[in-house]
Amino acid sequence: MTVQQDPRPVRAPAAAGQAVPEPRGPLSRAVAAALESGPPPAAGTLPVADAASADPYGEDLQLALHTCYELHYQGWAGVDPDWEWDPGLLHLRGAMEAVFLAALRRDVPGGTDVEGTLEEPLAEAADARGVSRHLRDDGAWWQVREHAALRAVYHLKEADPHAWVIPRLRGRAKTALVAVENDEFGGGRPEMIHQGLYADLLDDLGLDPTYGAYVDAAPAVMLATVNMMSLFGLRRSLRAALVGHFAAAEITTAPSARRIVAALDRLGAGPRARLFYTEHIEADAVHEQVLRHDVIGGLLADEPGLAGGVVLGVQATGLLEDRLGAYLLGHWDAGRPALRRPLPDAPGPAAGGGTGGGR
Amino acid sequence: MAATGERHEPGGGPAAGRDPRRVRMVPGGPMLVEGPVEVVLEDGSTVVSDRWLVALCLCRRSRTYPFCDTSHRRRRRT
Repeated sequence: MTVQQDPRPVRAPAAAGQAVPEPRGPLSRAVAAALESGPPPAAGTLPVADAASADPYGEDLQLALHTCYELHYQGWAGVDPDWEWDPGLLHLRGAMEAVFLAALRRDVPGGTDVEGTLEEPLAEAADARGVSRHLRDDGAWWQVREHAALRAVYHLKEADPHAWVIPRLRGRAKTALVAVENDEFGGGRPEMIHQGLYADLLDDLGLDPTYGAYVDAAPAVMLATVNMMSLFGLRRSLRAALVGHFAAAEITTAPSARRIVAALDRLGAGPRARLFYTEHIEADAVHEQVLRHDVIGGLLADEPGLAGGVVLGVQATGLLEDRLGAYLLGHWDAGRPALRRPLPDAPGPAAGGGTGGGR
Repeated sequence: MAATGERHEPGGGPAAGRDPRRVRMVPGGPMLVEGPVEVVLEDGSTVVSDRWLVALCLCRRSRTYPFCDTSHRRRRRT
């Protein structure tokens, strides 16, 4: 449906104003120290050997990866942009990526049955609980805000990781993926770029719309979902996984977006918060079809050997989203905040407030 | 195109500035129509979508009818 836009200022892209995140362990400490030491290269050696023994889903490795990847996006305040291509830092990043990728491959079923694998996100479990169902039925206002702050780590760079794959595709797959990306970036209308709609949502919910504002607050379980996209996007060898991830994400968005609209309506959120999710109900119903038939179909017609990569992308997305969902519901069920730096209206660490109540 | 009397180039090339509008049927899913479209509903009212591709609901379960909201998907009973 046509979205009527009131004349309003277009949100300017945020400057690269975020400080390097606070370290959570030896790997992220070494990365932060290197970036803050001045221009590359690093004065000492980076702990490449330590990466192999790190927890692939742990706070330290995921934050260190996120800090490295951000150099390819908006960068960090006061950090020399040439760190992006520093061989020493790339060596460490490669070692951390190897650990993360090995864990993803280990923890998904695998296979080459693309159609069968896509059935999983397509078939909605009618009675599955899930984060969006919880928010719709029982979510408290502080939980809606926590969810929005967490997801900001991705949505303020929404569709950026997927742009890396464009030059790795050809023909029909490329045309179709770019058409979807164009939608994500506003379809020629800057006021409709999804990243900007999300900033408006944050603002409407009383949250900080600044790019990167909630990275320090986001646990590894959230960072991992975005690191997966950067990993798949930045490596040509994983182009099929990026496409599989994109399809899986678009397939699951429309129904969960509808439930979050219901949550926002029940709790009395404003129209700008609502717009981000109402836009995604219809848009992603279309994107799903284009991703399945033209992007995946086109890619596999071109390169049939990539089916296993597509399956990896679909399954890894499900794996990491399930982990994130379990983490959120586990904390909320216990009346505990899910953010590492709780919002002011969240219950204290020791408080058990339950999940009921409105704003 | 014959119905409009317009000539159409062999091979699908444009003729007189009018291409046939491509519609794709998705088995068990929506009908995909190149946008923008104006849809006339049973009660005579119209809704407009200016998306580049529009998914029209065929199963009547959409809560954003006439546009698809993925409600056609089968539900798994456990």
